[in-house]
Amino acid sequence: MVDTLVIPLLKILIVLNATLVAVTYMVLLERKVIAWAQSRLGPMRVGPYGVLQPVADAIKLMIKEDITPVKADRWVFTVAPIISMVPALIVYAVIPFGPTVSLFGRQVSLYITDINVGLLYIVSVASVGVYGIILAGYASNSKFPLLASLRASAQLISYEVAVTLTLVSVILVAGSLSMVSIVRAQEASGVWFIFVQPLAFGIFVIGSLAETNRAPFDMPEAEQELTGGFHTEYSGMRFALFFLAEYANMIVVSSVATTLFIGGWLRPFPNVAALSFLDIIPSWTWFLIKSFLFLYFFVWVRATLPRYRYDQLMRLGWKMLIPLAIANLVITGIIKVLLLRG
Amino acid sequence: MFDTNELVINMGPQHPSTHGVLRVVLRLDGEKVVDADVVIGYLHRGIEKLSENRNWTQIILLTDRMDYVAAATNNVGYCETVEKLLSLEVPRRARYVRTILCELQRIASHCLWVGTHAMDIGAMTVFLYAFRERELILDLFEEFCGARLTYNSMRIGGLPQDLPPGWDKKVLQFCDIMSSKVDEYEELLTHNRIWLERTKGVGIISGAEAIAIGLSGPPLRGSGVPRDIRKDEPYAAYDEMEFSVPVGTAGDTYDRYLVRMEEFRQSLRIIRQAAEGIPEGPIVGKVPRLIKPAAGETYHAIESPKGELGYFIVSDGKSTNPYRFRVRPPSFCNLQALRQLIKGHLIADVVALIGSLDVVLGEVDR
Repeated sequence: MVDTLVIPLLKILIVLNATLVAVTYMVLLERKVIAWAQSRLGPMRVGPYGVLQPVADAIKLMIKEDITPVKADRWVFTVAPIISMVPALIVYAVIPFGPTVSLFGRQVSLYITDINVGLLYIVSVASVGVYGIILAGYASNSKFPLLASLRASAQLISYEVAVTLTLVSVILVAGSLSMVSIVRAQEASGVWFIFVQPLAFGIFVIGSLAETNRAPFDMPEAEQELTGGFHTEYSGMRFALFFLAEYANMIVVSSVATTLFIGGWLRPFPNVAALSFLDIIPSWTWFLIKSFLFLYFFVWVRATLPRYRYDQLMRLGWKMLIPLAIANLVITGIIKVLLLRG
Repeated sequence: MFDTNELVINMGPQHPSTHGVLRVVLRLDGEKVVDADVVIGYLHRGIEKLSENRNWTQIILLTDRMDYVAAATNNVGYCETVEKLLSLEVPRRARYVRTILCELQRIASHCLWVGTHAMDIGAMTVFLYAFRERELILDLFEEFCGARLTYNSMRIGGLPQDLPPGWDKKVLQFCDIMSSKVDEYEELLTHNRIWLERTKGVGIISGAEAIAIGLSGPPLRGSGVPRDIRKDEPYAAYDEMEFSVPVGTAGDTYDRYLVRMEEFRQSLRIIRQAAEGIPEGPIVGKVPRLIKPAAGETYHAIESPKGELGYFIVSDGKSTNPYRFRVRPPSFCNLQALRQLIKGHLIADVVALIGSLDVVLGEVDR
């Protein structure tokens, strides 16, 4: 009873809440980091150094008037933000924040579940989120959101291909689709997969920037061109759902990158005994630190780079990243076969 | 609901990247612009007509409101036109100060341009960097004339007041700061792959076409035509300054960008020379108590940050206000190229091209 129901429910509760808090604070982090990059201070008014800004934002968004345009498709308009938020949250079910540890005399795994098709689950669930964007653009019945959602669907689908191909090459190396087994494989081989699959890592990072609609690929919401993109007509909490979904997705891709390429919860150099003093730091902390570095990178890129144009983005995706990902996959396969023979 | 072939989109007058109240009606085929209709007039205040009912000195502060990011340049242009009409000699000190103010204004205007242009293309950090430096220029102007945007900083025949003590030192200090900051902007943009892809080959206009449309200023020089009124028909103290006129080769958005970036440096060069060599002497020439030019007409143009800013003024010799007052605004003439430039490009290029022409709607509509 306790093992099958109470603990999983507790874990879901903790992960869900932690995620939502992390997402709101991710917004603050982004504002702060960009402000520092631009020699500004960022939010400073609410709480010391603006730490309560997310709370203020949440209250503001909740009490704001929720407007549905008269000509909008009401039902789809309401459902769209939910469709984009929910997949971003349920992906966390298979992300391993740490190994199994003993807690209060009980063996507790630091992940909600470990299914043997974990990675496939992430890819498929995460790609449902794009429907939210497409439907939002369609249901708004407005021209700018429509253009933005067309851009978004084309962009997400193109980059999904490249990203998924890089994941396949990681699966080949690890020999498993389970997130936990992939980390275990990195522990066993004693090397993070970023060193085994550097090209795949590069493609994954670029692709994930595009998939989460982040700069320099933030075409669907290019404010300067499309006045806010697909969420132009949204306000209040529905807008907030899109906003949160974007940041939740960022955290998801950071977690996936951490798990697949830089050893998940493992400390640096997991099999160098001389560094075993690093084990004092709990495994989940390593995971969080590594994910944080990715998130920081995302923000940093946004503060630095201009935006790609739509056709250039497509060219980069189809003519550069996908061929490279395929080549990488083929070479990985050949080497794998040769190693197995020899 | 939507036409299946073409989508008509109304961009502006309330749109984040139309730099004020420009309205562009785009006919789109997918993302591609098939045709565009540029609509202006949302900021028309009738400055020219208004000027015909004000006396000669009162007009100076109306000129502030045209190109409001380079108000001092407008003042200088107007005052010099009236001085030409009056055949008035302006003291050398005043001409030097005018040169400094004009060039500071050029830097301030280009700061605003580089910031918003980069912002339109998605690089938002440059915007805040450029505004940080523009603030320093506004401080200098505030110290000189008390205002930060609409300066009213010129008088017919000279300056309203002498320079505050130590002002020229502060200008030189600013030059030192600014020259390293220009490098900073360039570091973020000039060799950035994405920036190159977004600007190279976008909105090409040849030198001959540019002349035919009537472009002036950086958009004309970006197409390789070395026309700069500061060199060709020197006014203020430009005949005593050493500087070069940067020109582009391809006539695309990137070349217009490079031309303006180099103008930053040339402006700093001019300011340094002028600030170090400000002569002593009077600041106002022999201006009659009642300004009442003899009957006649004149046209005088100066190189504003945006291009050729010309004033055509007719005096009837009887009244104390101009009989006819007409401005040749560079932004208005440069904007004529927009329709031709954006045809066949994508939506994303439209904002890049509006930014690349660097129009100020206050000047377009007047």
